[in-house]
Amino acid sequence: METEILARIQFAFTVAFHYIYPPLSIGIGLIMVIMEGLYLKTGNKHYEVLTRFWLKIFAITFGIGVATGIIMEFEFGTNWSVYSRYVGDIFGSALAAEGLFAFGLESAFLGVLIFGWNRVSPKVHFISAVGVFLGSMFSAVWIVVANSWQQTPAGYHIVGEGFNARAEVTDFWAMVFNPSSVDRIIHVWQGAFLAGTFLVLSVHAYYLLKGRYIEISKKAFKIALTVATIFSLLQLVSGHSSAEGVAENQPAKLAAMEGHYETNAAADLYLFGWVDDASQEVTGLKVPGGLSFLLHQDFEAPVTGLNAFPKEDRPTQVNAVFQFYHIMISIGMFLIGLTLYACFLWWRGKLFDKKWLLRIFVFSVLLPQIANQAGWFAAEMGRQPWIVYGHLRTSEGFSQEVSSNQILFSLILFLVVYTLLFLLFIYSLNKKIKHGPYDEAEHALDII
Amino acid sequence: METFLGIDYPTLWYLVVGLLFSGYAILEGFDYGAGSWHLFFKKDLSRRIAINAIGPLWDANQVWLIIGGGALFAGFPVMYATMLSAMYIPFMLFLMLLVLRSAAIKFRSAEEMTWWRKTWDIIYFTSNTLISFLLGVVLANVLQGFEIGENFSYQGGIFFSFLSPYAIMVGFTTLSIFMTQGAIFLLLKTEGRLHARLTFLLKKAMIFFILSFVITSFYTLIYLPGVTDKFKENPVFFILPVLAFLAVANVPRLVSKKKYAHALVFSSLTMAFLLMLVAFQLYPVLLPSTISSEYSVTIYNAASSQKSLGIMLTIVVIGAPLLAGYFLFLYKTFHGKVTLDDTSY
Repeated sequence: METEILARIQFAFTVAFHYIYPPLSIGIGLIMVIMEGLYLKTGNKHYEVLTRFWLKIFAITFGIGVATGIIMEFEFGTNWSVYSRYVGDIFGSALAAEGLFAFGLESAFLGVLIFGWNRVSPKVHFISAVGVFLGSMFSAVWIVVANSWQQTPAGYHIVGEGFNARAEVTDFWAMVFNPSSVDRIIHVWQGAFLAGTFLVLSVHAYYLLKGRYIEISKKAFKIALTVATIFSLLQLVSGHSSAEGVAENQPAKLAAMEGHYETNAAADLYLFGWVDDASQEVTGLKVPGGLSFLLHQDFEAPVTGLNAFPKEDRPTQVNAVFQFYHIMISIGMFLIGLTLYACFLWWRGKLFDKKWLLRIFVFSVLLPQIANQAGWFAAEMGRQPWIVYGHLRTSEGFSQEVSSNQILFSLILFLVVYTLLFLLFIYSLNKKIKHGPYDEAEHALDII
Repeated sequence: METFLGIDYPTLWYLVVGLLFSGYAILEGFDYGAGSWHLFFKKDLSRRIAINAIGPLWDANQVWLIIGGGALFAGFPVMYATMLSAMYIPFMLFLMLLVLRSAAIKFRSAEEMTWWRKTWDIIYFTSNTLISFLLGVVLANVLQGFEIGENFSYQGGIFFSFLSPYAIMVGFTTLSIFMTQGAIFLLLKTEGRLHARLTFLLKKAMIFFILSFVITSFYTLIYLPGVTDKFKENPVFFILPVLAFLAVANVPRLVSKKKYAHALVFSSLTMAFLLMLVAFQLYPVLLPSTISSEYSVTIYNAASSQKSLGIMLTIVVIGAPLLAGYFLFLYKTFHGKVTLDDTSY
């Protein structure tokens, strides 16, 4: 038991830390590609300055993303050996494809993107930027496919028994397009776009408040706001579609997300609340029958509740799943309101007049990050007690031969190194932002 | 069992994995090797040039590790799971050192302060050196075999059992060949006094390599007779160590003619021949069990299904030319001596 819980803590910690960076680089990558594309198209120097500036920040996030990602790749084997043997046949091809198609593309073009300004033509440089961006998008695809298969297995059969049981591919495309893949990839991509664009919004809102780099910041802010508004809204669509998928494929998870216990009762939709698992009661603000309505367009329709599952087959941390899920949704709603309001002001020509709004944007950088993390925690804790839904339990998946002392050792190592890494990241991000896109003392805006 | 050109799928995948790890050893070999020379350069400028020599390349080179690890997981999940969980401590150290090394490259030149740069220089040197050493240690452990029982369960020691004398020897050999590779690579990328100093350092590296290679070979022959069984059956494969030795002997000649790119090819060949030696010796075993050979992990009992291997071989056939194309483009863009500009580390 102790080994299992330590292995879970270590995996959760390392993957949550990792998940700060790739979404940031995917989102910044998108903005960067737009900026460089505009530079190529218009020849306006402002866009070049912006591209170069965001490329620097992209380089740090990307680097930490790769470094922490390698650890994830090997942690399956070190800490989850039983699980690795069980899913290798399925996961393998997804991971191999990710390595070959995604990482190969992004890492090779990364060198050209960062160091190649004076070595390749602007066009080739732009192509490299697109290559890196697409590579990072692809890598999200394969890893989310693998995770989605864990949630909603498809295109496989189980071979062998007991220790030697494992899942084998019977239909590659059914495995790739398992019931939750598409919804989740889109949801993750959009979450990543928001993480990146809100960093761009935050930094340029900060410059505008300080009265620095005003011209280029206005340009950057408008680009990022457009992207942020589109994807905040689309995230609502994809979130709804995901939830319908969860209701169909993982009803226990959906029931935990809303704290819904009794199948025959109309399911309520909570804005916020607190689940007491012992008494099976939820206290909070709700739309009665709201969940029933969202899923079946009928306020009275029954929705499968937690009590429909044996105790050992349903999530143990119902309140945690509920809270993480609701944090994600509240943030999503807030981001929609915020971006729409900003767009309204933009339309009235008053976008940069309200200081308090810019201040909100400065701090909003944290929100998509929190939503991304909370969403994953809800998805993964809601999957419990299964590591492969319906087939392999988390308690059966970890490495039996690894002792709790070994994991404690590595966990402490991770804590120390990742703390250092995080401090370095914040420090150098802060330094790059303080320094700004160009040296104001040396360049007046018209000559840059 | 399905075959292609008369070769069964697990064997084909064994070749794929072997190729990927050879690519990793050759490419990251000069990256890690260059890092192990770091503290031998005294001036800050030299150190910066050395880091920027690998600057645009190391991230891409590291992809070979990621793909190699993925290929092992994909094709031989049992091998991947058994080896990594049995070698828990060395792999965790390896991974941590990789993170520290990436951080050192990214942050070392970000500040001017002497203490800052010195600290990162030490971290950079140490992580590169220990990574090379640990890779050799893991290789030696695989060659020697693990205490694997029924159901691939590891029954060996937990914390420091991976550090046998043989493992330490192979660790030093790996370090020495990476340092040779790194010195040649830096010769290719530098000019002036740093270049002259590297010519001197390369000689030391080659002596270090030849010494550790000879000692390790003799130790293997005398104390680990099992490791050379295959050669007694098939003496023709003695040609591999001979080729490895001839390839490395060619390096000084090419360096004195200033043909550094050729020299790099030959030291890479040395590594390739040595890895072929290992691959040949093991085949079809991936991880010998020291308890009983029936418990050994082989390419057949560790492999994914025929269907899965078929899919992955298709992926490789499509992906390999793309990957080769990316690498050609990258290396073409950055050929020639290092020049520092405002985008450099």
